[in-house]
Amino acid sequence: MAKKPSTLINMVVALLVITAVSGGLLGLVYGMTKDTIAEVDLKKNQAAIEAVLKTDTPIDRIEETVVDDLTYNLAYDAQGNLLGAAVKTYSNAGFSGRIELMVGLLVDGTINAVSVLSQSETPGLGANMVNPKFKDQFNGKNPASYNLSVKKDGGDVDAITAATISSRAFTGAVKMACDSFEANKSKFMKGGQQ
Amino acid sequence: MKYLIIILSTILVNNVIFSQFLGICPFLGTSKKTSTALGMGAAVIFVLTLATLVTWLVNQYILIPLGLDKFLQTIAFILIIAALVQMVEIILKKISPSLYTALGVFLPLITTNCAVLGVSLTVVTKEFNYGGVAHMLSLGESVVYAVGIALGFALALVLFAGIREHVDLMEAPKGMKGTPIALIIAGILAMAFMGFTGVV
Amino acid sequence: MSNNLQTFTKGLVKENPILVLLLGCCPTLATTTSAINGMSMGLATTFVLIMSNLVISLLKGFIPDKVRIPCFIVVIASFVTIVQLVMQAYVPDIYETLGLFIPLIVVNCIVLGRAEAFASKNPVFPSILDGAGMGLGFTFALTILGCIRELLGSGSMFGFRILPETANILLFILPPGAFICLGFLIAIVNQFRKESH
Repeated sequence: MAKKPSTLINMVVALLVITAVSGGLLGLVYGMTKDTIAEVDLKKNQAAIEAVLKTDTPIDRIEETVVDDLTYNLAYDAQGNLLGAAVKTYSNAGFSGRIELMVGLLVDGTINAVSVLSQSETPGLGANMVNPKFKDQFNGKNPASYNLSVKKDGGDVDAITAATISSRAFTGAVKMACDSFEANKSKFMKGGQQ
Repeated sequence: MKYLIIILSTILVNNVIFSQFLGICPFLGTSKKTSTALGMGAAVIFVLTLATLVTWLVNQYILIPLGLDKFLQTIAFILIIAALVQMVEIILKKISPSLYTALGVFLPLITTNCAVLGVSLTVVTKEFNYGGVAHMLSLGESVVYAVGIALGFALALVLFAGIREHVDLMEAPKGMKGTPIALIIAGILAMAFMGFTGVV
Repeated sequence: MSNNLQTFTKGLVKENPILVLLLGCCPTLATTTSAINGMSMGLATTFVLIMSNLVISLLKGFIPDKVRIPCFIVVIASFVTIVQLVMQAYVPDIYETLGLFIPLIVVNCIVLGRAEAFASKNPVFPSILDGAGMGLGFTFALTILGCIRELLGSGSMFGFRILPETANILLFILPPGAFICLGFLIAIVNQFRKESH
């Protein structure tokens, strides 16, 4: 097959055609995958909310609201009483990149459970935050009596071995959710009557 | 103060080579001599800063308003970088032949230096935490970030080249000669850089 | 036929992109913190290699010589973005771990290198074989490195625990471990190659 000579017209045509075809193709693929990508995110979020709000009391409905830059998923029972909230919180103080958590809080401020939405900490070190051994130590603890900082900083949280920075970031994110919930709780209780 | 934190963290704590693994190919390829390393380092500082400036603007004012940033970002950025490198080469040749002779040979190599594409893709998605408030990097912060990354690259490259010049004179076991021993030195340097963890 | 076979196998062993040619070091060091991560990265790159070799080989008569590099880059970047979108939709966990290194396949020297050195000069079928061979050689090296680092660093392999947690040498998961492991791996390969010559 003979090569096309490198005249200006040939070059422009080749580049334009190739770029146009790839652009079109990518638009097509993006259109096809867009919904699945959104769905994956949504499902993950939904699963995390359910996991951290799991208690014996049945939840009637969940309302979403944004306060203090944090997304709250408020859970109410059939009578409109606030049961608790799943708070999406984050920290940028991790070892590599943003850490996003879903923290389940009961109405008295007790931490019900924590679930990790996304993190990119070092595997084998900071990434161990997804293990129950670390994240489940928060379950059932009330920040009123439990000092939410790592032991190295004088708190009550057992840090992950050799990953104090990640543990600190995780604990900080949980604390941010607890503090914000405590400050805004009364607002949510009234808001429940619609 | 804010800019100082960005610079320190990109040069020492999150060094582009030793903790982010970007730009390893030129790091291994152009580190046999300190003089070459200096040339490459200077060329990268130049191109990386310029490329980040342009790609940030294109992303903010062309791709995002048109809704194309989700799927055309990679193509757009790599084409901008390639064109930019070519342009810099032509302009440099015209206006400053002396600078061109110093940097010229390294310029074509930079298009495929993944640090350039890597950094321009990072700054448009990175959130920066200062004083407890997270926000997307502004143009000024992005450029400072790019300068820091490039300085970190140059520092790593020159340090590494200095050590390699000495190691070349030593007896190494047969299989270890050349790249393997260089990689192990890089590993030891990476350990040294880990000491900066948590400084900023 | 034996020629085609050779095209395919040379990437696996004799011209292995990482262990022998030393191309594409960035993803090799960055994504091999575990065997699964290394393998996923390798397979994503293999897909891009095969597809870009295929398309570039088809287009070789259409692309004028002077603009071939920009054209190749556009083709490669398109397939990389496709991989990126598909992984984001169907394997979001792996996509998140590999992160930035998926778009960076564009600047992986292996991909552009094969387009320039092989696909732009050869017919379609050998080009596909060349891409597949090189890609699998790359995947093989990444998986081996991932296995070693995961075993020494977290005591497991493909997620299955083999050594007790107390035997973990954290260093191997961290950046320095990546450099040192790859150094020793290449040294071993070098030793064998020198003996066989």
